[in-house]
Amino acid sequence: MTSELDIFVGNTTLIDEDVYRLWLDGYSVSDAVALRVRSGILEQTGATAAVLQSDTMDHYRTFHMLERLLHAPPKLLHQLIFQIPPSRQALLIERYYAFDEAFVREVLGKKLSKGTKKDLDDISTKTGITLKSCRRQFDNFKRVFKVVEEMRGSLVDNIQQHFLLSDRLARDYAAIVFFANNRFETGKKKLQYLSFGDFAYCAELMIQNWTLGAVDSQVDDMDVDLDKEFLQDLKELKMLVADKDLLDLHKSLVCTALRGKLGVFSEMEANFKNLSRGLVNVAAKLTHNKDVRDLFVDLVEKFVEPCRSDHWPLSDVRLFLNQYSASVHSLDGFRGGSLSVGPPS
Amino acid sequence: MPGKLKVKIVAGRHLPVMDRASDLTDAFVEVKFGNTTFKTDVYLKSLNPQWNSEWFKFEVDDEDLQDEPLQITVLDHDTYSANDAIGKVYIDIDPLLYSEAATVISGWFPIYDTIHGIRGEINVVVKVDLFNDLNRFRQSSCGVKFFCTTSIPKCYRAVIIHGFVEELVVNEDPEYQWIDRIRTPRASNEARQRLISLMSGELQRKIGLKVLEMRGNAVVGYLQCFDLEGESGLVVRAIGTACTLDKLSSPAALLPACNSPSKEMKESPLVHPPSHGCRSTHNSPIHTATGSRLTQNFSVSVPTLIYTGMGSGSAGKEGGPFKALLRQQTQSALEQRGGSPHRFCKRREFPFFTLTAFPPGFLVHVGGVVSARSVKLLDRIHNPDEPETRDAWWAEIRQEIKSHAKALGCHAVVGYSESTSICEEVCILSASGTAAVLNPRFLQDGTVEGCLEQRLEENLPAGCGFCHIPYDELNMPFPAHLTYCYNCRKQKVPDVLFTTIDLPIDATVIGKGCLIQARLCRLKKKAQAEANATAISNLLPFMEYEVHTQLMNKLKLKGMNALFGLRIQITVGENMLMGLASATGVYLAALPTPGGIQIAGKTPNDGSYEQHISHMQKKINDTIAKNKELYEINPPDTSEEIIGSPIPEPRQRSRLLRSQSESSDEVTELDLSHGKKDAFVLEIDDTDAMEDVHSLLTDVPPPSGFYSCNTEIMPGINNWTSEIQMFTSVRVIRLSSLNLTNQALNKNFNDLCENLLKSLYFKLRSMIPCCLCHVNFTVSLPEDELIQVTVTAVAITFDKNQALQTTKTHVEKSLQRASTDNEELLQFPLELCSDSLSSHPFPPAKEHLESASSNSGIPAAQRATSVDYSSFADRCSSWIELIKLKAQTIRRGSIKTTVTVEKASPMGEGNFRNRATPPCASSTVGVVKMTPLSFIPGAKITKYLGIINMFFIRETTSLREEGGVSGFLHAFIAEVFAMVRAHVAALGGNAVVSYIMKQCVFMENPNKNQAQCLINVSGDAVVFVRESELEVVSTQQPTANCQPSCTGGEVTT
Repeated sequence: MTSELDIFVGNTTLIDEDVYRLWLDGYSVSDAVALRVRSGILEQTGATAAVLQSDTMDHYRTFHMLERLLHAPPKLLHQLIFQIPPSRQALLIERYYAFDEAFVREVLGKKLSKGTKKDLDDISTKTGITLKSCRRQFDNFKRVFKVVEEMRGSLVDNIQQHFLLSDRLARDYAAIVFFANNRFETGKKKLQYLSFGDFAYCAELMIQNWTLGAVDSQVDDMDVDLDKEFLQDLKELKMLVADKDLLDLHKSLVCTALRGKLGVFSEMEANFKNLSRGLVNVAAKLTHNKDVRDLFVDLVEKFVEPCRSDHWPLSDVRLFLNQYSASVHSLDGFRGGSLSVGPPS
Repeated sequence: MPGKLKVKIVAGRHLPVMDRASDLTDAFVEVKFGNTTFKTDVYLKSLNPQWNSEWFKFEVDDEDLQDEPLQITVLDHDTYSANDAIGKVYIDIDPLLYSEAATVISGWFPIYDTIHGIRGEINVVVKVDLFNDLNRFRQSSCGVKFFCTTSIPKCYRAVIIHGFVEELVVNEDPEYQWIDRIRTPRASNEARQRLISLMSGELQRKIGLKVLEMRGNAVVGYLQCFDLEGESGLVVRAIGTACTLDKLSSPAALLPACNSPSKEMKESPLVHPPSHGCRSTHNSPIHTATGSRLTQNFSVSVPTLIYTGMGSGSAGKEGGPFKALLRQQTQSALEQRGGSPHRFCKRREFPFFTLTAFPPGFLVHVGGVVSARSVKLLDRIHNPDEPETRDAWWAEIRQEIKSHAKALGCHAVVGYSESTSICEEVCILSASGTAAVLNPRFLQDGTVEGCLEQRLEENLPAGCGFCHIPYDELNMPFPAHLTYCYNCRKQKVPDVLFTTIDLPIDATVIGKGCLIQARLCRLKKKAQAEANATAISNLLPFMEYEVHTQLMNKLKLKGMNALFGLRIQITVGENMLMGLASATGVYLAALPTPGGIQIAGKTPNDGSYEQHISHMQKKINDTIAKNKELYEINPPDTSEEIIGSPIPEPRQRSRLLRSQSESSDEVTELDLSHGKKDAFVLEIDDTDAMEDVHSLLTDVPPPSGFYSCNTEIMPGINNWTSEIQMFTSVRVIRLSSLNLTNQALNKNFNDLCENLLKSLYFKLRSMIPCCLCHVNFTVSLPEDELIQVTVTAVAITFDKNQALQTTKTHVEKSLQRASTDNEELLQFPLELCSDSLSSHPFPPAKEHLESASSNSGIPAAQRATSVDYSSFADRCSSWIELIKLKAQTIRRGSIKTTVTVEKASPMGEGNFRNRATPPCASSTVGVVKMTPLSFIPGAKITKYLGIINMFFIRETTSLREEGGVSGFLHAFIAEVFAMVRAHVAALGGNAVVSYIMKQCVFMENPNKNQAQCLINVSGDAVVFVRESELEVVSTQQPTANCQPSCTGGEVTT
């Protein structure tokens, strides 16, 4: 006796959160059944393994059918085939678009192309996340990217509107899209200590300050691309290090302001020129795409590492950078303009 | 020109990409009604076109309005090649034809394609302007309301219940026409969908005409079915109960539209001339009205055997089934030759009611289940306009049902239904119902045939009256064991009662009910034509007998004494027959405590064997005791004396004595049951019986927190909360063709059903405590080694704490009432008082539970008198004798009785009050609930919008790509639900009640990567309002309003 066909269809679509998680995590039906058995569900409910198998299959089938709709969440809201209460719909979407920290770190800043997709095997082996789950997460990134890539307006708003994600998740996706678009290198060994959250923070600030949208929120509102003009303007920062007087003046301004406030004052004073040169060089090179990609590597090499070798505490780094950029404004020929704050920690 | 249909196409959304190059679609819409077609403009390059069309106007006969569906086709415009169809929407505009129902259909409909499924949605607005038609000879029946609900719908009152209406129409099945060889599957499927839609419209119109003739204005319990007879054609048939309904003006006055009672009553011509001969007959004439018709020259399909009546109180008082069989054969042969002699007085002839729940006082007594089956060979329907053969077949069966009912002293049949099972050219027609005595007050003259005046005078107490036997105990149609009613002690009741109806609300029930199923398979040799039909006919009686025995055993094992909602389905396949009976077992307080099950062996001297038997016996006794505890069956512990010594009224006493002596004669000769406690004896001298006992014990009760029943409401639970989940589950298993024996088959089938139930319990575990209501199993045998089981049911949560209280008060109340009643009669006040005392602390105290169950369970078994079966068996020298004997036993259980309820009993009201549900969360916008029940817990139905009757075909040629058979069917059923919901929403409704999936025919050909499925569903679209919202809205006494809605289908006030 074999079961040829075995289905259950409810007027309200039944969603089992536990099974949904197993499905999202990319487990096969048999693995999922085994995991559920281990969770002790059989003892709690007095069900048999066959029942569990049938139940799991059924949920998997439902999820599989829902997946098409989850690719365009507004469709899930308007479709008529599955009657799902709104709270459940939100849960389905949010969980579907959730991603693993370990995975996102692997692909952050990479081109979301077929080539990268081929590397998912390695990522799966490396992170211990199933290949299926990796694919889903990768496809999610790519899908969101494709939809909002060319869109005007706030990146976060666009994502929220088209994918109905929570504010937090939408912000994360904005970062992923931003990184993917600018292809920032994040995979280098030097950068391994940085978490996705760190990068997302940077992305948010960069979107706010460095993009077309940041310059003029009315016209040509694009959050994804860096403002070329702004990058061009950054070249002029070279003066800060090229002009010896200006460099000294800048240094004295910063030192005066920070004296007594910085635990690592002497190290700062000794290193000021190096640090400033590092920062300015990084900034000035950003007109080249290649250098844009290496932004974080360069920042870490040129600025973060020297600071770290001198054991700067975080608060000191922050104070220094604030003062560093603030002082520039009082220098002749530098009015307005903005500067980023380097990566925290 | 009696009607103008107006259609506007507003917009589309989520359309599929039809042009690969642009990833877009150039969509336009064709709107077709009858032979008229309109088109919208092409909306270029969009997946969300906004057509915003003008109003397309169709001027049509109201007859067409009833028959034809509105057909909307969405296409993709293609300049160079033919336009590609995206999909279709069929809209049944019937709901717009009654004044009280929907006034406009407006909303998003899924665009459906038989190959691709749902492909986007389209927004459509439909309106109808009807002109009054004064033509008395018209053929339309606009305005007659149809309800699938098998009780008087809420917010209506039954003025008159006229009775049975039936009709069938036949046609060739497009799938089998020659043209099908050259057209695409899509075209063929669409032709079929369209045809069936058309045929249902026609059928409904014709039934409507009959109703108008009877001067009714509505059909309740409307059941329409399709018989896909393959080569020989397509039959659409329907039965229902004609009524005159009055809209209740709702005190809450939520709806403006419901004031005028029934416009169509005024509209409809007063009387139809008895003969319609003058009418111009286009289409097929309505035959009932045409008077007698001579036999036409068509070749009568070969009448094979009519075998009937087995299971239940059938005919054949003296002769056992075989005499009956012969008699039937000759009779049917005669009838066939003579055409259909009883055709022309059909309406009055069959006092049948498809209702399963009744207005208070309607049902007087219940006799028992009557059923009839007949095996027929299908033959091509030569002239679709003359569906005589099929009509004659059904007429025979109905006639037989009627005679069975008569044999039970009943003049009517309630809870009546008909079904067929077709395999190749063999067709089993089945009909069943519950013989009953009804109160003529509600019926039109002529339906009732006397015979009840005397009964009506007896003013019986509510709660037990329906159990009292309607037949004469001196002349019982079958040997039954009668006792005085345990409730009123005045009338006789049988020991067991089987019915096809819902539990009357005023019935006094102890404990809770449960789903009881009998499952059975029988192998059959493959055969052709008549040989096949004969083989099937020969098997049927054995199947019925065994199904019956199983039901009886299981009922006893549960410690219960009555079955409600009994539905026995016999399915025929190539090489086997399947029987599946489902019912809800309950313990009726009016009936005697069921005896235990006694096992007897043939060789009593063998020591080890004896030990084995006693071991089994113990297991059975334990199970009974456990079940009693589980279902809270704690009947007042009536001692022998009370039962034994009722002082009958003088007149009755003499009768009683006589009957006792008579029946004891019979008992020694034919009846297996002995003694007061009526132990049910299972003989286990062969392996078959062993299997039976094993299967009895392997049925697992549902996990705690779960209950299940196949009736509308669960006896003993009445505080439903508002959460409901309707579902359909389908399973198909493939039998290994090796060594198929009856036993292996039975086991497979049993496992299939049990596992299915287990899966349901597991899936719905988050709803605990909950009850699966209206569990409806259907079995089909799509291929040689495939068994398909389809289940539709609804899970309803309830409040556990309240349940306990309610049952308690419920029982107390009933006991109080019982005692007061009896005190009035000065009968046995003492005994009754002690009864009520002993059972007062009813469920809550656990120790009491235990002690009570141990009291009632084990002693019952001990009291059971063992019968030495072996000596008895010796006498059955021939197998025929054995069968006779078996037949007698069958009857004993299946038939039984009931009472009159003149007015709503105080009990009933008590019930209502306790049922008031806690306020529930407000419903979300856009949600459409679906339920097979006639009510929605915690809500009040304020308006019926019309019947939903939909038929879909889905086919695929890429089965693997769609996720195999499971993926394919899962998606299809989900789509069917979606389309039903969309139609309801477009009518302005928010729920479907009395939803039923009447057909789910699934065929696959995995080798070709193909599958096809046909689904037919129906239900009533309604508007409901949450009681919590009602209370806010109306300042009037809300309890009064919400009563009917909480109780389910039983009552209309």
